[in-house]
Formats: sequence, C-alpha cells, structure tokens
Amino acid sequence: MNLGLSILSLARFQFAMTTVFHFFFVPLSIGLALVVAIMETVYVVKKDIMYKHMAQFWGRIFLLSFAVGVVTGIIQEFQFGMNWSDYSRFMGDIFGAPLAIEALVAFFMESTFIGLWMFGWDRFNAKIHCAFIWLTSIGTMISAMWILAANSFMQNPVGFMINTKTGRAQMTSFAAVVKNEQLWYELPHVLFGAFVTGSFVVAGMAAFALLKKKNVTFFRKSIKVSLIVGLVASIGVVGMGDLQTRYIIKEQPMKFAATEGLYKDSGSPASWAVIEGMDTKNHKAKWSVEIPYVLDILSYHKLSGNVKGQNTINKELHAKYDKKFGKDMNYYVPTKTLFWSFRVMTVSGGLFALIAIIGLFFVRAKSTLIERQRWFLWVLGICTFLPFAANTAGWLITELGRYPWVVYGLLTIADAVSPNVSVASLLISNIVYFCLFSGLGIVMIVLSRRALHQGPDDLLQAADDASYDPYGKEAFSHE
Amino acid sequence: MSNLQFLWFILVGELFSGFFFLEGFDFGVGMTIKSLAQTRDERDVVIHTIGPHWDANEVWLITAGGAMFASFPMWYASLFSGFYLILLLILVALIMRGVSFEFRSRMETESGRNFWEWAAALGSFFAAFLFGMMFTALVKGMPINANGDMTAHFTDYVNLFSIVGGVAVTLLCYLHGLNFIRLKTTGTLRERALQWAKPLYWVLFAGEVVFAILLFFNTDFFTKKPISTTILVVALVLLTVLATWGVYGNHEWLSFISSGLSLIDVVVLLFNGLFPRVMVANNSAYSILIKDASNSPYTLHLMTVISLTVLPIMLIYFIWSYWVFYKRLAS
Repeated sequence: MNLGLSILSLARFQFAMTTVFHFFFVPLSIGLALVVAIMETVYVVKKDIMYKHMAQFWGRIFLLSFAVGVVTGIIQEFQFGMNWSDYSRFMGDIFGAPLAIEALVAFFMESTFIGLWMFGWDRFNAKIHCAFIWLTSIGTMISAMWILAANSFMQNPVGFMINTKTGRAQMTSFAAVVKNEQLWYELPHVLFGAFVTGSFVVAGMAAFALLKKKNVTFFRKSIKVSLIVGLVASIGVVGMGDLQTRYIIKEQPMKFAATEGLYKDSGSPASWAVIEGMDTKNHKAKWSVEIPYVLDILSYHKLSGNVKGQNTINKELHAKYDKKFGKDMNYYVPTKTLFWSFRVMTVSGGLFALIAIIGLFFVRAKSTLIERQRWFLWVLGICTFLPFAANTAGWLITELGRYPWVVYGLLTIADAVSPNVSVASLLISNIVYFCLFSGLGIVMIVLSRRALHQGPDDLLQAADDASYDPYGKEAFSHE
Repeated sequence: MSNLQFLWFILVGELFSGFFFLEGFDFGVGMTIKSLAQTRDERDVVIHTIGPHWDANEVWLITAGGAMFASFPMWYASLFSGFYLILLLILVALIMRGVSFEFRSRMETESGRNFWEWAAALGSFFAAFLFGMMFTALVKGMPINANGDMTAHFTDYVNLFSIVGGVAVTLLCYLHGLNFIRLKTTGTLRERALQWAKPLYWVLFAGEVVFAILLFFNTDFFTKKPISTTILVVALVLLTVLATWGVYGNHEWLSFISSGLSLIDVVVLLFNGLFPRVMVANNSAYSILIKDASNSPYTLHLMTVISLTVLPIMLIYFIWSYWVFYKRLAS
C-alpha cells in the first residue's frame, strides 16, 4: 500500500494526536483534584455541608476526567516502544527511569487514594477522607514532575554521556537530570496551567448553571472558590511563562524566534509583532503590525537589545551540527504554528487573570451581583473551553519547537522511529485512535453536560436520607 | 550477566506476576458482568467488588512496562514494536474497559448501561486473551533480525499454540474472578459462582494438558530446562487441583489463593523458559539476551535503590486499601 505516507509522518501525527488528547484530561484532572481538595478542606474547616456537596458534585467531573486521562496515558507509555523503538533504545537509560518512578511513586498513590476517596465517604471521618483527595492531588502533581523530568531531558539534555561503544545515551548523573533547569521552569508553568484549567472549568460550568437560576448559592460559591484558585494560578502561569521564555531565548533560540515570527535579527531596540504574515518558504516576514520596545521587554525586561532571528540561528546551527548530522538538515521550526500558538497562549493567560479579578469582584463578601450579570456569566461560561486551547498551544510550542530533534542536539526525529513497523499498521492504529478519541471526547462532553444539567439536587436530598453506598454500613450483610 | 541485570529480570517478572494476580481477577470479574451476573442489581455488585481497586491493579501493568523500559530498553523496544497490532488491540480493550465502569454508572437508559457493560466484559476478555496470546508467541520464537527488530506475520502470533495460550490465560482469569466473587459477595451470586466454577475447572485441566503438550513441541523449554520446566508445569496442575478442592469442599480462600498462584506460576514458567534471553528469535543467534538488553549499571543501580525504597511504602497503603474494603457485598 502506497498512499504517499511515510511511517515517520504517521508516527508523528499519532504522537501529536495522542498527546494532545491525553493532555486535555491531564491538566483537567490535576486542576480539578486541587479545586475539589480545597472545597473539601473548606468543608472540614467550616463544617458547612454545602462545601461537602460541592466537593462531591465537582468530584463527578473529576472522576470522568481521571478515567479518560488514565486510559489514554497507557497509550503514551506503550507508544514509545511501539512507534519509537529506536528512540527507546537510544534513550532508555535516561528516559525509562523517570517513567518507572512516575508509575511507582505517583500512579500507585493516585489510583489507590482515589479509590479510597470514591468509596470512603461513609467509612472515614471527614479529616481522613479529606486527606485522601489531597494525597490524590499530590500524586497527580508528582506524576507531572517525573514525566516533565523526562520531557525536559529531551528539550535540554544534561547529566549524560554518549557511550562510544553502543552509541547510546547513558545517564551519568541522576541529580543533574532532576535538577535540569528546563524542568524547574516547565513544571510550575504546567502545574499553574493545570490549576487554571481545573478552576476555569468549574467556574465556567457553574456560570452556565447560574444562567438557569437553579441552586444559585451552590454555584455562586463554587465560582468563588474556583476563581480564587484561578486568579492565583493565572498570575502564576503568566509569571512562570515569562521566566521560561527568557530561559528559552538562551537555550532554544530557534523556538523563541519562531514564536515571535522573527526571521531577520531584530536590531536594538526590538519591536514586537502583534500579528504577522509569514513567507515560510523564503523565510521572511511579509507584513506585520508591530509595537516598538515590547520585544525587548519580553525578552530581556529591558528597553534595548538585539534578538536573533531564525536566519541567523539557522546558520549557527548548521555550523554547530553539520559535522554530525550533515548539511541537509532543516533547522527551521514550523513558524506559523508556533507564532499563533504563542499568541493564543499569552492572550488566554492575560484573559484568565482579568476575568478572575472581575469575577471575584462580583462574588465578593456576600454579594449576589454575579447572578444579574448575565453577560459576564456568558463570558465565564465560554472560558470553560479556553484553557484547553491554551494548554494545547503551549505543548505545540514546546514539542514542535524542538524540531528536527527528538532529543535536542542528539537524536533526530527521523532516527527515532521504529524501523520495523509498517505503514499499514500505523495507518490502522491512527484510524483506531482517532475513532476512539472522538467517541470518548463526545461521551465526556455529553456526560459532563448532563452532570451539570442535573445539578447537585440528588446530593442535597441525599443529605437527609443517606445515599446508597455499596461499602456503607447498611449495605453489608452480617453473617 | 551481572547481578543487577539478573535482579531486574526477576523484578520485571515479579511486576508481571503482580499484574496477573491482581488484574487476573479484575479481568475475570469484568467478564462475569455479562455472564455470571444476570440482573442489574447483580451487575452492580460484581462491579463494586473491584470498584475501589481495579485502577490501582492496572498500575501494576504500567509499572511493569515502565520498569522494562528503565531496565531493559532493548527488550521493551523490540517487544512493543514487534507485537504492534496485538498491543494496539490490548490498548483498545484496556481503554474501553477502563472507562466503562465510570461511564456505566452515569447512564440513564438500559441500552446505555448495556453498551458499557459489554465494553467492560469484552474489554476484559480480549485483554486477558491477547496478553495470553502475546506471551505464548513470545516464548515460541519470533522472526527477529540482527538489530533486534521483529517483523512478525499474522501466523507468527496467531497459531494453535498462541490461541491455546490465550484461552488458557482467559480461563485462569475467569476462574480467578469467580473465586474473587465467592470471597466478596453473599447469597445467590456467591452460590452461582461456586456452581459455575465446578465444571470450568475440568475444562481448565484439559486446557493445561493441551498447553503442556504444545509447550513441549513449540518451545525449547523442555529441552533446555527439563527439570525446572517440569516442576513448574506440575506445580500448575497441583495448584489447579488445590483450587478444585477449594471449589468442591467450598474453601473460598484456598480457591482464590490457588487460582492467583497458578497465574503467577504461568508467568514464572514463561520467564524461566525465557532466561537468559528476553526475546526468543527463530534464528537463535538473534535472540536478545539479558546481558545485552539492559541499561547501564549506573541506571540499574539507581532504579534498584529507588524501587527498594518506594515499594515497601507503596505496598503498605496498597494492601491497606484492600483491608479497608474487605467486606462482602450483598445484592
């Protein structure tokens, strides 16, 4: 079968598709776990039963997200062996360790304590039960740390050597791998992004519910809790993003230049292109709308300084790597995608902070102002979806920006793919995953909408007549 | 082969053993949703027996995969890319089954519930069957080249031996699930699980004999390691005898432990036969050996220290969660 498709392009498409889909649910689960944990903590501290119902109600969305996140995560782990076997051979010494540690430390923690949390409402006192969701939440964050440690090595390899006999990368310092500077910019940025996702999904869904004017106190308070998290997180994600950007200028200048659509050196002072038309073939900007000085502020927090363009960096990379990888390498990254992704991400980040501030103003103290601000409820409602666009944009920049390498400067994407997998196999698996993900995505949306539509009524009623719990005391027969 | 390499071969085997012992009954219970359990109420109960645990049980598989990557990347790369289509189907099965429990509980119509019940039952069935098939094919020997790349054709992994292997593992899991239900429920379900197990154990005996014969003709187990292989095959049969005794004498713990140990025995049998290889090639010169497949001593040492520190802590809360939910459920 020859459809003009190569195993490389199919494997890349599959990696993009599975990662993006998986990463809808990862930040959602991390964020929701935190928001739910905070709600349950408020319940434990204030002893106000409404916060318990809040934790249970939003916990339903969390459990849905968690289920899909877990199953799509297994694909990720298998995929390295299935589609990228030469990558696995080359990188196993370094990449396998954080992956195994993630499973051993984080996955067991998350999955065990989420089981205890789900089925333990009547079996434990409130404090211990609350500890379960915190342990789950911490588990999700530890998990993020280890997988990003692995990713950070791919972006910025440290603590290794190349074994001249086997040609494989070999770990020389685990401490260096964990202390990788890239990781400590990337991890907080990703975690704050996840908290934004969790909090804005709660706030947005609650806003839709408020438009219907049912359970208004419940949903107003949900918005309050989630937007407090959302405000802190959106400031965090923008701040860490800024620090990470300045780090990337140093370590992966090509990635940065592409996010700014910069082909020629900017000269000093550098002006920032708000929007730009690009000629990616001839590597030049066709037109742009620019603001003076802003690129220098972004890049260096100063009002002067030159920012290198892609054309210069391309020459530098050729000079540096031609000996090893040959003259034919293309070092230009997918500029258009990076440029627009960066704008989606940064604009979203700013919007989140702004909306959180306005929202918190409307729900301050005992104010019920928000119930009458229908325009704002619509805005907040639409914000349910925005974090997913921002998260995806962020990952597109990170992953496409290391083109043409899988491991920066060490291994090209073309050398990483499984040599023994056929085009047909890859085509089949792409189609299967595509259908599967579409189905799961639709079911997720339908079920989340339904959960919201039904509202917390059953929880509020059940408070009187003790809900059915298979592990509750009354459910057990005594022999 | 260094001590560390040997240790990690054992550890990977142990993780797969843990996986089959635990997910074994999960798969079994999953299959009973559309067989043993006959009313909606009964299906609720069987699902609830594994409700708090199945997710953590599946983590054993993810950990086994991760540990394989962290210790023997050549094995991981060759196995996963080689058994591509089987693993794709396993993933589909695990995904459908993984979301089915949560999705089913949100369904409002009978047909919606029915759909996810079938997803759980078929997902469990195919996951068990395909894992059985893959591991059987693995020890039979596959077309592997000098680079360690395996390019197998359909008949290389779908043949009489691998199908019998798949059926045997499925049956073991199903019986393990029935034994688990006998421990975790009361009333009609508990009684019916017992009655269903009785004839199935005789089928299992027949299956084990056929499997042992095919093992003799399809692998080098009996020629290369006659003593240990024979002991493990006999142990498998003895464990099945014990489980059968547990069924006919109605000793529930005895049946459950025996069926769990027989799944572990199968894993040990396969790993024992593999040793000192990790992948068996048709052309024995290309078989991948433990000594060539592993990571550097530095990484193995690091992983050993981390695993031995973390595993005991993890096992404490893992076992504790079983203790918390150790109660029989009534329908």
